[in-house]
Amino acid sequence: MANLTAKTAFDGLLPIAKGDVTLSEITFDAITWVAPYQGKAAAVSKALDKQIAAVFPDPNRTTGSGDARAVWTGPGQAFVLGKPLKPITGAAMADQTSAWAACALEGDHAAEVLARLVPIDLRDDTFAVGHAARTVLGHMNCVLMRTGAARYEIMVFRSMASTCAHEIARAMRMVVARADA
Amino acid sequence: MRLDGKGLIDRDTPVRFHFDGKAYEGFKGDTVASALLANGVKLMGRSFKYHRPRGVMTAGSEEPNALIQVGAGDAMLPNVRATMQEIFTGLETRSQNRLGPLDRDLMSVNDLLWPWLGAGFYYKTFMWPRAFWEKVYEPTIRRAAGLGRMTKGAPPDDSERAFAFCDVLVIGGGPAGLMAALTAARSGADVILLEDSADLGGRLLSDGEDIDGVPGSIWVQEIRDALEETGRVRIMTRTTATGVYDGLTFGAVERVGSHQSHIEDLPQECFWRIQAGQAVLAAGALERPIAFPMNDRPGIMLASAIRTYVNRYGVTPGENVTLFTTNDEAHKTALELVDAGIKATVLDSRPGVSPRGDYRVIDGAQVIGTKGRRALTGITYRTASGTHDLETDCLGMSGGWNPSVHLICHLGARPVWNDAIHAFVPAENAVKGLHIAGACTGAFSTADALAQGVEAASTALKTLGKRLRKPDIPKASDEAGTTSALWSVEGKGRAWLDFANDVTTKDVRQSAREGFKSVEHMKRYTTQGMAPDQGKSSNIGALAVLADATGRGIPETGTTTYRPPFTPVALGTMAAGAQGKGFAPERLTTSHKAVTARGAPMIEAGLWYRPSYLPAPGESHWRQSCDREVNMVRNAVGVVDVSTLGKIEIMGKDARAFLDFLYTNMFSTLKPGRVRYGLMLREDGHVMDDGTTACLGENHYVMTTTTAAAGQVMAHMEFVSQVLRPDWDVRFVSVTEQWAQFSVAGPRARDLLNGVLNDPISDETFPFMQCGTARIHGIDGRLFRISFSGEHAYEVAVPSTYGDALYRDLVARAEALGGGGYGMEALNVLRIEKGFITHSEIHGRVTAFDTGMQGMLSKKKDFIGKAAATRPGLLEEDRERLIGLRPVGAVKELTAGAHLFEQDAEATRVNDLGYITSVGYSPTLGHFIGLGFLRGGPSRIGHHMKMVDHLRGVTAEVEICDPVFFDPEGGRARG
Repeated sequence: MANLTAKTAFDGLLPIAKGDVTLSEITFDAITWVAPYQGKAAAVSKALDKQIAAVFPDPNRTTGSGDARAVWTGPGQAFVLGKPLKPITGAAMADQTSAWAACALEGDHAAEVLARLVPIDLRDDTFAVGHAARTVLGHMNCVLMRTGAARYEIMVFRSMASTCAHEIARAMRMVVARADA
Repeated sequence: MRLDGKGLIDRDTPVRFHFDGKAYEGFKGDTVASALLANGVKLMGRSFKYHRPRGVMTAGSEEPNALIQVGAGDAMLPNVRATMQEIFTGLETRSQNRLGPLDRDLMSVNDLLWPWLGAGFYYKTFMWPRAFWEKVYEPTIRRAAGLGRMTKGAPPDDSERAFAFCDVLVIGGGPAGLMAALTAARSGADVILLEDSADLGGRLLSDGEDIDGVPGSIWVQEIRDALEETGRVRIMTRTTATGVYDGLTFGAVERVGSHQSHIEDLPQECFWRIQAGQAVLAAGALERPIAFPMNDRPGIMLASAIRTYVNRYGVTPGENVTLFTTNDEAHKTALELVDAGIKATVLDSRPGVSPRGDYRVIDGAQVIGTKGRRALTGITYRTASGTHDLETDCLGMSGGWNPSVHLICHLGARPVWNDAIHAFVPAENAVKGLHIAGACTGAFSTADALAQGVEAASTALKTLGKRLRKPDIPKASDEAGTTSALWSVEGKGRAWLDFANDVTTKDVRQSAREGFKSVEHMKRYTTQGMAPDQGKSSNIGALAVLADATGRGIPETGTTTYRPPFTPVALGTMAAGAQGKGFAPERLTTSHKAVTARGAPMIEAGLWYRPSYLPAPGESHWRQSCDREVNMVRNAVGVVDVSTLGKIEIMGKDARAFLDFLYTNMFSTLKPGRVRYGLMLREDGHVMDDGTTACLGENHYVMTTTTAAAGQVMAHMEFVSQVLRPDWDVRFVSVTEQWAQFSVAGPRARDLLNGVLNDPISDETFPFMQCGTARIHGIDGRLFRISFSGEHAYEVAVPSTYGDALYRDLVARAEALGGGGYGMEALNVLRIEKGFITHSEIHGRVTAFDTGMQGMLSKKKDFIGKAAATRPGLLEEDRERLIGLRPVGAVKELTAGAHLFEQDAEATRVNDLGYITSVGYSPTLGHFIGLGFLRGGPSRIGHHMKMVDHLRGVTAEVEICDPVFFDPEGGRARG
C-alpha cells in the first residue's frame, strides 16, 4: 500500500498579494451538500442547528460561524463548510469537500477587485456581512460570501482553480495600480 | 496663440508631446487640439473623401475633423478626437488619411475631381466587370478614402471591465448634472456622476458667467467639495456614457491611463456596466454649424468652441475673428474675445441686430464664400447692399443648438421637434426612470439648468422613496437667447454638412432627386452621419436640407435612429480581459500536471483539457504513440483520466421513477451494486446523451454523462424535476468535481487494481457491471466495473484531493505490467473498434433507431421523447443509420466528414447517401476503420461504396460493415 498525498485545489498558486489586497486559499475540513426532502425543511434545519449551531440558511444568506457555516447554494440546497456532518434523517447529503476551490479575498480594495469580475451589487446595504450569492466570477460559476467588512470568500469548481487565480490576480493588479496612480 | 491670464490649464507644468513627428509644448490640462492651436497649428487632418485640409471644429467629443492616431506600433489607436486627448509627456500623435506630409497630401487630387465624386458615385461607376468590385475597385477606394489605420496585433496595454451600482446615476457634470447629484446625495442616495471631459463644470468652464456672484469655475469647485463631503458620490470624470440598455443599465467608457504617461498595470480604459435605480440625463447641447459655401477650411469652427478655447485653455484660435450666427450665442463669443483683447466682427443673419459691446455687427448678413487653402484668410459675405470681402483668420459659426437627445433615444424613442427653438427635444418618458435636465431638454439658460437639475433629481428620489433635501438653487443668468433657423446658404461652391464623411448639401439634394427621400435612405446613400462622430453636428442640418428638397417639414422628415455607442468605443475595451487565458475558463483535471510533464499535447473538450496522447521516448509522430497505447490496452493495461465525464448523484424515494422517466430503458429494476447503460432522449425523440448509472444503495444512484453534455443533462434534470414532475421527492447534485476517476483497462486491469485496493477483488466478488465503495490505498473511494474499450476494465474514483497521487501511482503500476497511461486518440480508436458511440455520432440529429438502439426504447413505461421517437417518420428503414466502414481500394485512408455515394454515381449533393462521423487507424485490425450514417445502413452491409471528402480532396472505395469491429460477443469485457 502506498500513501496517497493530498493536494489542495490551488496547489501552491496562492497566496498572492498586491497592495492592500490578498488572495489566499481556504481549506475546509469538509464541504457537505445538504438538501432536505419534501416536507423535511424544518426538521433538517433543527438537526443542523443541533450539530453545528446553525440553521438551514435562507436564500442568499449564510448561517453559523466558527467551525461550521452553512451557505445557501440553490433552491432547497446548502453547503455546510467546516465540520463534517453526521447523516441527517430527511436530507439528501453528498460530500463536496474535494469539489471546490475556495479562497478569501481580503483588503480595503477587495470589493473593487470583485467589481471587475462579479456582476452583482456589492454595496454594504445589499451585500452585507453574512450575505451570499450564487453568481459568476468572470466566466465561472461561483459561490460568493461576505464574511467580513473587507473579506469575501469565493468558491469555484476545483478544476477552474488556476483560471480563478489568474482572473482575480489580474483584477488585483489593475485595481491596485489605479489606487496608486 | 496663448492668451495671458486666461484658461484653467496649469501654466506651471509645461508638457512636451509630438504631432506628426514634431515636438510641441503645451501645459498640463491642454488637449492636443488646444495645445496645437496655442502653437499656431490649424491644420490637423485631411477629410475622408476629398482629402481637404481640415482644422479643429469643436472643443468636445463631437469633433468631426481633428481625428488623430495616438501611440505607435500595436498600441496605436486611430480616430482619437484631438479635442478629447489630453497631452502628457511622451505622447505621440499623428494626423491620418494622407499620402505624404499633412500639408502636401498627394491624395488631395481627389478634391479636383469633386464634381464626379458625389453621392452614389461608386455605385454608378464601378459596375463592370462584376468581379472587379471585390478584387480591384473596393481595395483601391478603401485605400484612397477613410480615416485611421488599423493595427494587426493586440495592443500591449490592457483595459478592464467593471460593474457599478447606484441609486441615482447622473450623466453630465455641467450645472444641471451638478445640482442633480447634490440633491440626490444630500437626500441619502448613492450617486454616480459621469463627466465626459477631464473636469466637472460643462459650459461653466467655457463661458465667462458668474454663479451666485462667483466665477463659474470657482462655483464648480465649491459644488465638487460639497459632493465629496456627502461621502455618497462617486465622481467619474473622463467617463462617457455610451449607451442605455434595458432596466436602466448603462454602458460607459472611462479613460483611466490613456491620458497619462505609462504606468505599470494601469488599464488604458475601463468599460463600465452601471445599474442605476434612477438616472438623470444632463448631457447638454451641441452647437450646430451652418452649411454655407466652402465652410470647411482650417480656422472655421463653432462659436462656442472659440469660447472654450479662450476661457478653458487660454488660447485664441485667431487674432482677427469673425463670427457668423443665426442667434445670440456668437455675441457671447464676441464679448469674450474683446475682453481678451482680440478683434471680433459678428455677421448676424438676422436683420436689426446691434452689438452688445465693443465689436462690429453686420446684420442681415450671410457668408457665401471663404478663402485660404491650408488656413482661412478671408471670407465673402452678402447683405442687402451686395457682396463684400472681409479678411479674417478665424470664423466662428453658430446655427443654434441641438439638445443631446442621443441617450434618451437608445431604447427606440424618437425625439420631438420643438418649433420655438428649431430643434429636436427628448420625448416625454422615453426611458422609464431616466429624467432629463438642462440644455438637453431645450432649456438653454444656466438658471434653467440649475433648477431642472434639482427637479429631475427630486423626481428620481421620489420614485426611490427617499426623503428629499433640496439644496438652494444658486442665482445665475436666465438668458436663453433667441434664434432663427438658417440651415444652408446658397452660393458658389460646396457647403459641407457632414465634415467627417465629406457630405455636402449638394449630395443630400441629389439623394432626394434620385429617389432616396427617406432620411434613412439618404443617410445610407450619402453616408451622412456614418463617420466616427455619427453625425453629431450634421444630422439635423442634413435632414433640414432633405426636408427642404422634398417639400416636407422637418418633423415629418424625422431623424435617423440613434444607437449606442454615443462615442466610438474600442472593441478591445469592451472585450477587455477576454483574450489569452481570460478567453474562457480552463478546466484542468487532477492528472494535468502528470500528463503535461510527460509532454502530452492537450486537446480541448468543452472547457476541459485532456491529453491527446502520451509520447514515449523515440516517438516522433502521434500515430506511433496512439498505436502503442491501443496495443497496450488490448494486450496489457492502460490508465486514462475520465473525471471529465459528468457525475450526478441522485437520491430520494422517487429516484427510481425519475430515472425511468429520464432514460429510455428501465432503471427501477437496477439492484444496489449494479451498473446499467442508459440512453436519454430529448422531448423531440432524438438522442440527447448516453452513459451509465450505478445504484450505490437503496434510492441512491450516481449517473455519468458524456463530457460534452454534462451541463446540458444537469439542466435537463432540473427542468424535469422542477417543471414536469415537481411532485416527485428526488434530490440530485453534481459530483463531477468531487471525484477524480480513472479508467483502468486491459487484460491486466484487475492485477493492477488489486495492488491498490485494500480488499482485492475477483470475477466472483466483482463481475462485469458491478459497482461499490472501495478503499484505495486506505482512502474511501468508488469502484465500477465498466468498459469503454471493450476490455476487462474498471473505473476507480477517489476524492479529487488524491487524484494526482492516484493517477501517478496507477500509471507507474501499469508500466510495471507492460502498460501505461493513454490519451484521447487511443481512447477514440478503442471505442470505434467496439462501435461505441460518442457525440460525434449522437450529434443532435439522430434517433435511437438511427444508432441501432431502438431495442432500448422500453415499451413498459413512459419516458421523455417516447411519443416523438415512435413517430413513423423516425422509424423508417431508409433513414441514415449507423454502419461501420473500412477501406477496400487503393486508397487506405478514411476521413471523418466525408460523404458516401454509390460507386458509379457522381459525388454531388443529390446522390449523397450518408456521411462518416468517426475514423481511426486500428492497429488491432491493421487498417482504418470508421463509423458513419448511411441510408438504409444495415441493409447495405457488405456493399462497396465510394467515400468522397470534398474538403480534403480524398476519394476511397469502402466496404460497409457492422459497426462493431472487435470482439462482437463482448467476452473480453466480461471475462
